[in-house]
Amino acid sequence: MDSVGNIIVYFIVALAIVVFSVLAVKSKRILRSATYLLFVLLATAVAYFQLGYQFLGAVQVAVYAGGIMVLFVFSILLTHKPDDKSGTIESHRRVLGIVASAAGAVLLLFALFYMPLPHDTSLAEALAGGPQITMHDIGEAFVGSNRFQYLLPFEAISVLLLACIIGGVVVARKR
Amino acid sequence: MDLSMLWYLVPSVVMLACGVYGFVTRKNLIAILISLELILNSADLNFVVFNRYLFPDMMEGMVFTLFSIAIAAAETAVAIAIIINVYRAVGATDINIVNKMKH
Repeated sequence: MDSVGNIIVYFIVALAIVVFSVLAVKSKRILRSATYLLFVLLATAVAYFQLGYQFLGAVQVAVYAGGIMVLFVFSILLTHKPDDKSGTIESHRRVLGIVASAAGAVLLLFALFYMPLPHDTSLAEALAGGPQITMHDIGEAFVGSNRFQYLLPFEAISVLLLACIIGGVVVARKR
Repeated sequence: MDLSMLWYLVPSVVMLACGVYGFVTRKNLIAILISLELILNSADLNFVVFNRYLFPDMMEGMVFTLFSIAIAAAETAVAIAIIINVYRAVGATDINIVNKMKH
């Protein structure tokens, strides 16, 4: 049995995710679309907090809702006139999009409801089933080299980010 | 009333479907990138939910989501650099105008 507060927070998060994702792909103005994406990312961060992953929620807010959204807003303002519409879409592409997304959603929902998932586990039981994840655990998981520790992917990500910085500067600089 | 894992997976499915719809129908490169972020975000949410409900004593889903967020940030930065370069070369970010590579 979950507490009433958790259920209320869940419904706010789910409603925000559903409404703002539809608005993000239906909005005519691209800057509004980016703003709705920001709301979806923040709602996802709240879901991470609710599921007990505080560090992940903080990373989601800082990297996604902070960094990536700033990139989006800057690039939109660099490539658009202030009252530029994103443009309407051709009808056959719209039908194709509706068919693709609806078929994918129906298939996924069918798979979800017929898979033998633990449907009777409540959030409180799931939260009680594991230990609280501390910063100590996360740090050991990232820079250890034993089983379930990820030093090599961590270093590979740092090299990837360096390559990204250099690539971004080389691609976008003025010639 | 219990919040089972399906309650979290259904909004994630809606997010994925919206992302696919936007990816197919949008004409602007940055709008396509926004739809791509929706798809990535729904995959991240799925990792975390499966980790919490199926393996609550481990943290592999969370670590994968952290890596996924880092890779998404890198990918977005490079994609936006390319889009800005395309805008400088062509003067538009509309995919019906940016089609020189097709021919």
